[in-house]
Amino acid sequence: MNPSTPRKGFVPKAKALNCPNCGSQIELRALGAAAGVICSYCSSTIDATNPQLKIIGQWQAAMTIEPAIPLGSRGKLKGVLWEAIGFQQRGINVDGTNYFWREYVLWNPYQGFRYLSEYNNHWNFVTPLQTLPAPTTVMGTPGLILGPDKYRHFQTARAYTWFVIGEFPWMVQVGETVDTADYVAPPKMLSSEMTENEVTWSQSEYIAGTEIWQAFQVKTPCPPASGVFANQPSPYAGKVAGSWKFYGLMCMVLFAMMVFFAITARGQKAFDKTVIINPASMAGEKSFVTEVFTLDGNNDNLEVNIDADVANKWIYLSMALINEDTGQAFDFGREVSFYFGTDSDGSWTEGSRSDDVLLPNIPGGRYYLRVEPDTDPTLAAPVSARIQLVRGVPYYLRYFLGMFLLLIPPIWTSIRAAAFEAQRWNESDYAGGGSSSSGDDE
Amino acid sequence: MSTRNAICPNCGAEIRFRWSGAVQTTCDYCKSILVRNDINLALVGKAADLPIDISPIQIGTEGLFNTKAFQVIGRIVYRYDLGTWNEWHLVFTDGSSGWLSDAQAEYAISFGNSFTDAPPAPGQLQRGMMMVQHNVPLYLTVITQALYETTEGELPFTSYDKEKCYFADFRTNDGRFGTVDYGEDPPLLFLGQFVEFNSLQLKNLKEFEGWPTA
Repeated sequence: MNPSTPRKGFVPKAKALNCPNCGSQIELRALGAAAGVICSYCSSTIDATNPQLKIIGQWQAAMTIEPAIPLGSRGKLKGVLWEAIGFQQRGINVDGTNYFWREYVLWNPYQGFRYLSEYNNHWNFVTPLQTLPAPTTVMGTPGLILGPDKYRHFQTARAYTWFVIGEFPWMVQVGETVDTADYVAPPKMLSSEMTENEVTWSQSEYIAGTEIWQAFQVKTPCPPASGVFANQPSPYAGKVAGSWKFYGLMCMVLFAMMVFFAITARGQKAFDKTVIINPASMAGEKSFVTEVFTLDGNNDNLEVNIDADVANKWIYLSMALINEDTGQAFDFGREVSFYFGTDSDGSWTEGSRSDDVLLPNIPGGRYYLRVEPDTDPTLAAPVSARIQLVRGVPYYLRYFLGMFLLLIPPIWTSIRAAAFEAQRWNESDYAGGGSSSSGDDE
Repeated sequence: MSTRNAICPNCGAEIRFRWSGAVQTTCDYCKSILVRNDINLALVGKAADLPIDISPIQIGTEGLFNTKAFQVIGRIVYRYDLGTWNEWHLVFTDGSSGWLSDAQAEYAISFGNSFTDAPPAPGQLQRGMMMVQHNVPLYLTVITQALYETTEGELPFTSYDKEKCYFADFRTNDGRFGTVDYGEDPPLLFLGQFVEFNSLQLKNLKEFEGWPTA
């Protein structure tokens, strides 16, 4: 085989070419695959599909930008080796302010083209889409459906190419203008680019800058991202649901404990006696003591329950629970009053014939009650009051308090998550209106 | 797959057919385009040199599509305003034939099909319009005017008399696609789907200097 015969099935490295406009040497990386090559010296766009390398356009770039990933460097992303072969800076103008982002063309001779995009150091790995996303509505705003994911419309803008260098799969040049639309389902995003003749779709996936820096072995330090990007995954994603799930689980645990302690509570009647309170004897010494009774266990609670046959009257019992052996006394007073009648609105009642109070942490031992009753001395009929003491009753309040306190973390997480989403959507076409903004984009 | 051999009427080189259905082939040595008439091969023209050929696929590449094995036996290179694309002619082990298109390494497999509905006339083509074929809604995305830049290997039809014609590319919401080729009267319909390069498990690909083989 003579040396000039090309080796079958082998594609040699593309040779450098001289720019047909300025004569500078241009290194070629994907000649034949790339359609447009931009001379880094004179910014001419050269038609790389044409063996004569004719000049497509010349446009003096208004700026010069050094790509953070040097063109020609290679890196493995998603298991595939890619070479950075092209770079452009594009911008949109919103209310007189230019917002710039940068795009890198990645190429592999077998896999074709992918892109990296960067805005405020937020990076995306971009794959061209062959499938058309289908229109839908997401949370009241226009959206797209592709595969299992629903994407919500984020922004529509007109992108202008400010600076371009290297090789592109289309004949890009400075000044190129396309209409773009972005739809987000973090960490993914669908974008369309529309020119007069063509609509192209791509799917972006949010990727950490450090992953790219590592893959392409970029020497400069990786700058941290600022702000919240359109498809940046929320650090709270999944945590809100998780925190509420945890809350539900804890409530179930508390409920199970409540049921357990209710079933196993001692609930032992320690004392039950009915006393007669005679209004006529309210003058002078009226207190009395009960017989001695035993409270089992240690530091358990004691429920004091009073039922009195009061009718349009009141009684007041000053009581002391006294330990016969140590003399330790627990003083407390309870009122039982019940009134009823009829007026223009019908019948009414006020108060209750029964009253109960829970004394916490009463040590075990032998006790008696000292009771000093009081009532309206002008009344004639005596009142009977039944006093019952129950040792170790189930106690519910602490469980409800626990359930209430456990609400704090999920509510906090929900608030933080909502704040993150607000920051995301503040950069969108729906800024200010929140998720309830009705679309004038319809 | 039966193979039949013949002699190039131009240079005398041996012409080996990989596929019994081939109507046209190109001599590997002198690039003559040869059309098969009964048992004779007629010289109808000469294939142009490939412009800048960077497709990783070549004649002889083998792969799998939906568990069916195929071999690449021919190729048409189309040229349009913005460059070129390849339609690789495939023959499957069951003898059926299909196409693997490679447009800047965007790959799709398609098969000739019949129209269930009349296609739009070339003058009526409008981006975004819908056409239904075989119960599949297809949306027109690109209208291209293209011509045969060159051909290689075995093809199921002749290419030498083709002129510049319209191609209407349709896409769907589920990764399928369709092409209407207005180069024939009546037009031809091809239906298929986009494929991931890795899913084809291609063997016998070209090598690229400085790149690990796929």
